[in-house]
Order: sequence, then structure tokens, then C-alpha cells
Amino acid sequence: MYLTARRNADELKLELSGEWRALRFTDIEAELDSVDFAGLHRISIAAAQAQLDLTGAWLLRDFLERARAAGAIVQFQGLEPATLALVERCKTGDITANTHVIEWLDPERAVESLGRRAVRGAQDITGGVSFVGRISVAFMRALRHLRLRPVSIARHVYDTGATAVPIVALIAFLISVILAYMGAQQLRKFGADIFVVDLVTVGVLRELGVLLTAIIVAGRSGSAFAAEIGAMQLNEEIDALSAIGVDPIEVLVLPRLLGLVIALPLLTLVADIIGLVGGGLLCHALLDMPLVQYLHRAQGAIASTTFWVGVVKAPIFACLIAISGCYCGMRVRDSSRELGRLTTLAVVQSIFFVILVDALFAVLFMELDI
Amino acid sequence: MRALVEVQGVVNRFGAQIVHNGIDMQVFEGEVFGIIGGSGAGKSVLLRTILGLRRPNAGSVRFLGRELGSLSAAELHGLKASYGVTFQQGALFSSLNVCQNVQLPMLEHLRLTPRALDELALMRVQLVGLPPEAALKYPAQLSGGMIKRAALARALALDPVLLFLDEPTSGLDPISASAFDELLIYLQRELKLTVVMITHDLDTIFRTCSRVGVIVDGRMISDTLEAIVHNPNAWIKSYFQGERARRRGS
Repeated sequence: MYLTARRNADELKLELSGEWRALRFTDIEAELDSVDFAGLHRISIAAAQAQLDLTGAWLLRDFLERARAAGAIVQFQGLEPATLALVERCKTGDITANTHVIEWLDPERAVESLGRRAVRGAQDITGGVSFVGRISVAFMRALRHLRLRPVSIARHVYDTGATAVPIVALIAFLISVILAYMGAQQLRKFGADIFVVDLVTVGVLRELGVLLTAIIVAGRSGSAFAAEIGAMQLNEEIDALSAIGVDPIEVLVLPRLLGLVIALPLLTLVADIIGLVGGGLLCHALLDMPLVQYLHRAQGAIASTTFWVGVVKAPIFACLIAISGCYCGMRVRDSSRELGRLTTLAVVQSIFFVILVDALFAVLFMELDI
Repeated sequence: MRALVEVQGVVNRFGAQIVHNGIDMQVFEGEVFGIIGGSGAGKSVLLRTILGLRRPNAGSVRFLGRELGSLSAAELHGLKASYGVTFQQGALFSSLNVCQNVQLPMLEHLRLTPRALDELALMRVQLVGLPPEAALKYPAQLSGGMIKRAALARALALDPVLLFLDEPTSGLDPISASAFDELLIYLQRELKLTVVMITHDLDTIFRTCSRVGVIVDGRMISDTLEAIVHNPNAWIKSYFQGERARRRGS
């Protein structure tokens, strides 16, 4: 009980008691709501027995306002609670925070946000181009002064390459098995079982080996780049580097880029080898093809260019992944939510670019007749 | 006087490094208790231990008469509604604006109507001396002094009886720091708060604290402000009578 009410014709005597604390909000509110203002002229309140914290005082003030609005005169018997005065003082400057407005429901804001998005999109593109430019400049400068930071590059080769070997190998193996299995099912109808070998070897070497590796690396390292650099950005470490006179592009972006350019072709090599082994094992198990025959047929299927057509794409994919990741990381500002958004964007963007460029390569190689 | 926080024989170790070697400390109702100590003396670790964020290697912490270690998870959750904390860097949630930062503890512990939520949050924002329009700003848009005030507003969200402040005036210019001291005194008096404060700021200590606890060699020496200044311990002596302190007096 926080409230004892005694009604006497048009006068109400309220006695407040107990602890009017924030944690009791619902109970106090319910008791206050049960007071009926109809026909009341005078309310006298005795608050000496109650202890009101700020929330309790706010509830009382809210109640008093409603009472006055209903036409009642409010009087305190004895002292007004001190916290009530504090709440009154905070009441000056009436603004509505309205944190619950749903922005996109307001047509004016919807147009505004559309405009903002368009401008931000354009800025991202120009920013991306200039970022590539800054990397090129930093790279040339680093080359000229022989400051390529081999230790840092080696660390990134290890982080992005060596530690990714198990997952890349596993995925390459599984994909080649799937490819051989699906191919065998279809080709068997024509009695062309032997072409499974062509399908697996050419498919893995030209496309799947490098593409899947790039996608795994985009997920692993693209996100790591964005998150690492983004967290440094939030912590003002990037600003600190610039202030010391160290180019953040040179110490943060270049080693990652060069490390990945070295690591991704090597990972592709691993994926190619494991893919060919997986295909061979499946042909052996499913089609009863001796491994010798598999090797023989593979030699016939693979042209001298087949392997290089796949591997040559790896450094370019590496650049795309590293640049997307680092660029997204560099754009993190102000909040941890931005960090999450841009890390996600880094992965989505780099996978998109990898697949887009892969398609362009397919067209190019077809035109070149390779 | 009722002791709100009682720390008895708390030992904290990190591997072989002993940070606290039997800390005893009592905080009484209505006082402002300052904790001081050299860098690495374990002030923040002690605060984390008192708040129940860290389990001490030995010893006990009694909070409002209840032993922290014996509380269930639900009781500990309820207990957290009875104290407010500000952290050294403010620790405002960067993806929420000031108003939402203040509302977060309320949403977690109270059931409020949207109108009450907004008004109560705004009231706190104004109570700590921030302009109302600051309520809609994000932490990244605030100055250092405003971040400290916003953190204080969040700490006051549930009308706690106990307030813990970790270096509330560090990184502020002397004018803002002294304004923060005055704000703290005002709130402490008006809301009848008990405050436990880690600080290095001599001016803050002399302006606000009624008692001071000094962590020296893993133990705590606590006394009233007037008495601690004349304590014979070498570290305390150099702290209160060192160059900076002397310049302050002159």
C-alpha cells in the first residue's frame, strides 16, 4: 500500500506511505490510477510518511497534473517531498524526445533517407576509387624506399593462408566429390563415364578451385580485415598512426593486400591438388576406374593452359577481397553497430566482386579461345 | 550508521601477481567514499569485485547486508538494480543515443509506459545538467564532459541508493571537473545518495569526499579526509604532500 485515500464529500485526503521507488513503478501507478477525480474540489496530501525517489516523485507530479487538469485544488499537509521540487525543476524546457517514431513511415523522411542513401552510395564509389589510388601510391612509395615490411606480410600470409588450409582442403575435396558424383550419374546414361574425369579436372582447375577458395577467404579474411581495421578506427589508432607520421595505408592495408596476394594462389594450388585427388578417389570408388586410367585421362583432358587459367585469377581475387575488407574497415565511424554493418558489407561485397570478375574472366578467356 | 558495502579480507590474484592481499573496507550510508592508490594498485579490480563482476580469490563482499557470493543469479540481477555505475571511459553504448542509453536499465528492470520511459529519461538527462537536445545525440557526438554526465544519467536511471564512479573527472578540464564535482555534491545531497568513487583528482577528493580509502601494498587504509592527510604512511604522505598537492595549497 502506497496510498490511503479518505473521501469526504468533495474533499480527498491522501496519505502517502512506504517507499515510492522506481522498482515499484507498476504498483504505485496502479494505485494512483484508481483515484477518481469526479466531483473533487480539494485534494490534500500528507507525504511525510513516504520516501519518494525521482521516479516516485515523477509519478506523484504526473498525478497532481491530472488532478489539477480535472479542476481540483491540491494542497500539501506538511512538507512537500524534496524530490518533487527536483522533478519540477527538470520539467523546464519541454521537448519531446519521441524516440519511438518509425522513420520510414513519414513520407518526408522517406524521401530524405532515399536522398541520403543515393549520396552515400556515390560517395562510397568515389571513396573506393580514391582508396585504390592511395594504395597504389603507397605501394609505389614503399617499393621505392624498399619498405615492404616482410615480417608483417609473412604474418598475414600465415593468418590468411596457412591457417585456412584445412578448411580449403576439406571444401575442395567435398566439392570435387559432389561434381564427380553428379557428373557420373548424368554421363552414365550416355555411356560416357570417362568424361567425368574431364568434368572434374577441368572444372576444378579452371573454375571451382580458385572460386571456392576465394569465397572462403573472403568470408574468413575479408571480415577479419574489416573488423581489425574497424576496431582500430573506433579506438582512434588510425588517427594515432597518421599523427605519428606513419601512413596507415602503408602499415595496415599494404601488408594485408600483399600477404593475401601471396596466400590466395598458394591456397588455390592446395584446393586444385585436393580436388583432383578427391575426383580420382570417387572415380575409383564409384566408377571402378583404376587410378592409373584416371591419371591418363586427366593428362589428356588438361591443356597446358588449364591450370594457369585458374591460378592467374587468384591474385586478382586477392586484391578485390583485401581492398573491400580494408576499405570497409577504414570507413567505420563512431559506433559498434557501424563495425558490424561494414564487416558484413565487406564479406558480401568481396564475394560479389569475386563472382563478377570471375564471370568477366570467363568471357575474356572464351574470346581469347583459351 | 548503516554500512551499505562491507568488504572483508578480499584477496585478488592474477597468476603469481597478488593485487589485493586482504582488503577491508566499509562504506556507510550517506557518505562519499573516495578510493585512491597508485597506478596498478588495483582500484578498478576492487570496484569490479564489489560490483560482483569478478569473484575474489578469497574474502567476502557484503552488499546491503547480503553476501555477494551466496546470492543466486536472479538475486544478483535484482541487486544490480540497486546500484548505479559509471565507467572510466563512460562506456555509453555507441549505437544508442543518450536517451536510449538512459532507458536501457529501465527497460531491463522496470515495466514502464512509453510516455513514462521518455519523460523519466529526459528528466535524468536534464538532472545531470545536459541540455535537452543532447538526449538525441549519439555518444560519438558528445564531448568528454558530456559523456561523463550522460554516463551519470544512465547510472541514475533506476534511482539507486548507491553510486559507484570510476574516475568521474579524469580527462576533463579543471572547469568541467569542478562543475562535475558540484553536480555530484548537489545530487548526493538531494537524492541522499551514497557514493563510492575512484579518483586521482585531489580537488575532487577535497571537495566531495567525506572518507578516503587508500590502497597501499594490497591493503586498504581508510580514514576521514582530515585524518588521512596526516597519515604517516610514505605513499599517502607523498600523495597528499607531494609537489602537485603543495602547489594546490599555495
